[in-house]
Amino acid sequence: MRLLAFATRNSKEILRDPLNLAFGIGFPLVILLLLSAIQANIPVELFVIDKLIPGIAVFGLSFISIFSGMLITKDRGTSFLMRLFTTPLSASDYITGYTLPLLPMAILQIAISFIVAFFLGLSVDANVLLSVIVLMPTAVLFIGIGLLAGSIFNEKQVSSICGALLTNLSAWLSGTWFDLSLIGGWFKEIAYALPFAHAVDAGRAAISGDYASILPHLWWVIGYAVVIMVIAVTVFRKKMSGDKE
Amino acid sequence: MIAIQTTNLTKKFQDKTAVNSLNLSIEQGELFALLGVNGAGKTTTIKMLTCLSRPTNGDTTLLGDSIVSKPHAVKEKINVSPQETAVARNLSVKENLELIAQIYGFDKKVVDIKVEEMLTSFSLTDVSKDKAKTLSGGMQRRLSIAMALISNPQILFLDEPTLGLDVIARRELWTAIEKLKGGITIILTTHYMEEAEALSDRIGIMSKGKLKAVGTVSELMEKTNTNTLEDAFVSLATKEEVER
Repeated sequence: MRLLAFATRNSKEILRDPLNLAFGIGFPLVILLLLSAIQANIPVELFVIDKLIPGIAVFGLSFISIFSGMLITKDRGTSFLMRLFTTPLSASDYITGYTLPLLPMAILQIAISFIVAFFLGLSVDANVLLSVIVLMPTAVLFIGIGLLAGSIFNEKQVSSICGALLTNLSAWLSGTWFDLSLIGGWFKEIAYALPFAHAVDAGRAAISGDYASILPHLWWVIGYAVVIMVIAVTVFRKKMSGDKE
Repeated sequence: MIAIQTTNLTKKFQDKTAVNSLNLSIEQGELFALLGVNGAGKTTTIKMLTCLSRPTNGDTTLLGDSIVSKPHAVKEKINVSPQETAVARNLSVKENLELIAQIYGFDKKVVDIKVEEMLTSFSLTDVSKDKAKTLSGGMQRRLSIAMALISNPQILFLDEPTLGLDVIARRELWTAIEKLKGGITIILTTHYMEEAEALSDRIGIMSKGKLKAVGTVSELMEKTNTNTLEDAFVSLATKEEVER
């Protein structure tokens, strides 16, 4: 009951901010439509929909970090979190309450991107559903990044780090806008040392039915998601005590 | 009956002692004001009493429960209206009240009754559907105190409740606080002498982490041989420097 009340409040705070909806759902869709329009007018296969859509979904999910990061940092800044710390809510209630509402939002966000992609020529089959499932660890990863950023940084820093740095980093190093092999070398090595390109490749493998290629990429994402989430929870708990002081 | 009993309550931050061996008794139903200049240790004291910060030494019991060994039991009995308004900005006035009542575990029927009660008591019925962020400063403060009261606390902490409010909003809030007197124990921190004078039964004056004096307004004036609370406060808060 307590947890549900807190989680519901967090959902309302996020969904009632029109900027969240505009950036979280609107912006990735604009990019999807734009790149699809470019593809329709060029002779080479650069932004083919079944290759493009997992990248757009990962790009869209990066905004989840801003949602969670901004919510937590605002709650810290306005002392709302301090008020809650004096209530009988437990540490796990806070973490679950901040994390749980974002999962259905992530699923909704991915679903909307895929529905639009169907209209742009993506085949409707079971592999699409598999791709959505494969993208879930990426959602957890971005939720964890948001929880971590919200616990450490102030509002301005969260909007810069999650809003500008993370979205760009996850976009440029994901292999969505261009084939990473075109640049190769250290750039490709860095990209594949991070989880974003693996997330996109896992999603692409699922859509194309190349099931054997899913897990080798997905393990990278799951590994990063687990590590980031553990760090985020540890830092949040520590910060809870820190803020209290 | 004693509501709050602090015993050598101390808080140190590295080499700085923010609160130094605080010994204080507050009776049930009393409105106790804690006065002090910035950095006197008021907020640190409140943070320890509300289980937000663990004491370095000493302990405090709130209605018999220790803040060190039974913080969860303490949290069930208290509520706080922090210095900042601390409301959920995108939630309506009614939703803010519902949220806090639900967090304290009331069932839906009780939540509805208590929300109506708070809306009426704090004259918030007309704005019940408005988002908290659209309210004026005074209204937000009223909501903040209503949120603190909805859990039926036995002890209420009001940290600078009228900070930044205009004179009308301040007087309205004073009226609301006065109505609570006698029913629950209230600990009020404030910078405003007239506020402490108008509302409190007793006043504690803190300076540099130490409780310099405790008493009614007249007792404090008598003790310092002054004619106003402000003079008494200045005398007590600067006593150390004068003695040096």
